[in-house]
Amino acid sequence: MIRTEELLLNVGPQHPSTHGVFRIIVKLDGEVIIEATPVMGYLHRGTEKLAEDLSYTQIIPYTDRMDYVSAMTNNYVLVHAVETMMELAVPERAEYLRLVVMELQRIASHLVWWGTYLLDIGAMSPFLYAFRDRETIVNLFNELCGARLTYNYMRVGGVKWDASDAWLDKVRDFIPYMEKKLIEYDKLVSGNEIFLARIRGVGAYDAKTAIDYGLSGANLRCTGVDWDIRRAKPYSLYDRFDFDIPLGTNGDCYDRYLIRLEEIRQSLRILTQALQQFPSGGETMGKVPRVIRPPAGEVYVSIESPRGEIGCHIVSKGKQEPYRLKFRRPSFVNLQILPKLLVGETMTNLITILGGIDIVVGEVDC
Amino acid sequence: MSEEKERPSEQAGTEAKQETEAHTADSPPEAPKDPEVVEKNESSAAHETKPSAAPVDPEREAKLKAAAEARAARAAAKAAAEGGQPSAPDATAAPVDPEREAKLKAAAEARAARAAAKAAAEGGTPGGTSASAGETPAEPKAPSPKQPELDELLVHLRTQVGDSAVEEASINELNGHMPMLTVRPEQWLAAAQTLRSTDGGTFDYLRNVSGVDYETHLEVVYHLVSLVTKREATIKVKTNREQPSVPSVTPIWATANWNEREIYDLLGVAFPGHPDLRRIMMPDDWVGHPLRKDYVSLDSEV
Amino acid sequence: MGFDLESITPEERRELERNVFVGTLEQLKAWARSNSLWPLTFGLACCAIEMMGTGASHYDLDRFGVMFRTSPRQSDVMIVAGTVTKKMGPLLRRLYDQMPEPKWVIAMGSCATAGGPYVKSYAVMKGVDQIVPVDVYIPGCPPNPAALIYGINKLQEKIRYEAKTGKRVTSR
Repeated sequence: MIRTEELLLNVGPQHPSTHGVFRIIVKLDGEVIIEATPVMGYLHRGTEKLAEDLSYTQIIPYTDRMDYVSAMTNNYVLVHAVETMMELAVPERAEYLRLVVMELQRIASHLVWWGTYLLDIGAMSPFLYAFRDRETIVNLFNELCGARLTYNYMRVGGVKWDASDAWLDKVRDFIPYMEKKLIEYDKLVSGNEIFLARIRGVGAYDAKTAIDYGLSGANLRCTGVDWDIRRAKPYSLYDRFDFDIPLGTNGDCYDRYLIRLEEIRQSLRILTQALQQFPSGGETMGKVPRVIRPPAGEVYVSIESPRGEIGCHIVSKGKQEPYRLKFRRPSFVNLQILPKLLVGETMTNLITILGGIDIVVGEVDC
Repeated sequence: MSEEKERPSEQAGTEAKQETEAHTADSPPEAPKDPEVVEKNESSAAHETKPSAAPVDPEREAKLKAAAEARAARAAAKAAAEGGQPSAPDATAAPVDPEREAKLKAAAEARAARAAAKAAAEGGTPGGTSASAGETPAEPKAPSPKQPELDELLVHLRTQVGDSAVEEASINELNGHMPMLTVRPEQWLAAAQTLRSTDGGTFDYLRNVSGVDYETHLEVVYHLVSLVTKREATIKVKTNREQPSVPSVTPIWATANWNEREIYDLLGVAFPGHPDLRRIMMPDDWVGHPLRKDYVSLDSEV
Repeated sequence: MGFDLESITPEERRELERNVFVGTLEQLKAWARSNSLWPLTFGLACCAIEMMGTGASHYDLDRFGVMFRTSPRQSDVMIVAGTVTKKMGPLLRRLYDQMPEPKWVIAMGSCATAGGPYVKSYAVMKGVDQIVPVDVYIPGCPPNPAALIYGINKLQEKIRYEAKTGKRVTSR
């Protein structure tokens, strides 16, 4: 008589495909998952507590390290929150620079996601291609602000470094290069039979679940809900540009994959328009008081990062430091759906689903 | 001219000494008002003595006169109190009262005169606005564009949950005029149900749940948005520090699950009704709630 | 037959110099170990992305013989890239203990060296050398891929130096 037993397996904090230190305790019956419990906190560094002793400009480097794959959008959410509280006007050139940099960062972040996702699924070469293109973008950032990963580029009221015309030309040259590469990647991966068999129909959920669980970014749009903060509640200069929001229909991993690749294309489109409209001269910092002291009160702003909706809730008592600074991290909220999605799936699909949610553990733990 | 200027300073000096004696006899509610008036008048008197060539301001003169009147009233009250006999406190209470009234009136007038002087010096509104009480700001604020939304929310909550559900309601101007409500913890679950439903605003997307530690109490702030009407709202629920507890809204918005666990872990707020309340960021055997303002970590390094 | 050292012709000498070398067994082992260091992928935070970037095509690590292995039982060196929190510390120690000898540790980035920007935090371990002995520290936040390659080269030098001279180079 064959008897099966439940197996408690630890997809441990050190695992090549958990995208960082993140642990899932799975209860298995053979190959099928009965229950999955995520355990996090292995990278909890206490940013929010540290922020209560630092002035706003000093917190900006800490935001870089939260979602380290897309650091520019993190910078922007903090700076935008403080500017909303103080009602500061940002000069046009600075705003255009911020937008160009954020869209380039979106492309870089989606490339990292694409490379590591396919590495998890088992394909080794897309990883190298993705990082090759990411090197181009990161070299552009290196030239602009001196750092490859944690930029500390934006300031309250503008940006720190100005871009030369040569730099803008380099970005202009990058756009057709990237578009060609995207066609190559589609030919390499998206039509691949093995890839489609592994990814189609996996991890599907409907719109009501997505809204209930507070998902955002591609995880929400794959079900067909049209909610992109750049379009719904425009911030920065996004209402000046013409771009589409890709939506999915089935809510499975394949839709999320296609949406993210399409978002790269739309980012390139925004970049083309932004570089056409780029002002030729102008200041990079607005009129900011020497000591940044927002008035007493609280504010919550959110923007669309490559992972979803990142928000910043500041409670200020009129001092130089915030009284309470909380970041609404998209990876943390998006990850809640994982236990629900994993019930009944096989172990191989665990990796596929986890990669498809696109988390960065620095952001999950903050 | 110099004699005139010396007299106020002399008076100020002697009056200051008498004032300190009077403070011990005066009852506490009056004490905060007096030093303010005295100090302001002293400083204005000091300003007058230094630049001999400064033009004499008519407002300043009016202020000084009002201050002198106030001082005279106070001196009279003090004399009455001292003459009244410390042995019979209720006997002193009665004669102090009308003097107290006179004092308060004089202090209010002095403040009004000061406000008028400031407004005139800044070239702002004419003295007419400051004639009234002198405590309200210069002009009334224009009603916020999101005020009808706030009123609608209030109406919904009052009719469906109860009159006492909403403690405060205001418009947060800093945040793009977002309606901000404070709801009592006992009625929070019912209020959340209302807000989620179609006739309460259809707030189907809970964006963010944060906990804030004000030193006197703890607060949980919910940021909601409606994907249908694109409206936003902020709801705050206050709770005390000894036994903080806010009903969990996980049955209503599933996204609150881990957010509430994080607030429990870092701030110590209990959420009755939560399916699985345990620590999420810190190790399971951690002692204390790190984000509280009075948190002292057990192991001290660096 | 007699082997007379003085009777070696210059051509023979050149030939010998090209093909024969003399050394100790320790040097041979060190040459083998340093040229094929297999790290355990221990990327914790932002430095992990730079480590991935170093292993990718632009700054290739495979040309140094460095192949990332996923299991501690098969790796030589542990590159601790990122912040080590107090929750993660015991697991890091357990993984270090599971590695077979000879093993080395590279602390990459300022968080692993001394706590980094999070040195005042309540949940961060101030430097990974509190739990494992570290051989090479690479400063930076995050260090450039070229800096990581320099650090790995320094470790290779250290392995060869220790074998050649027999001295141990440690931070204690």
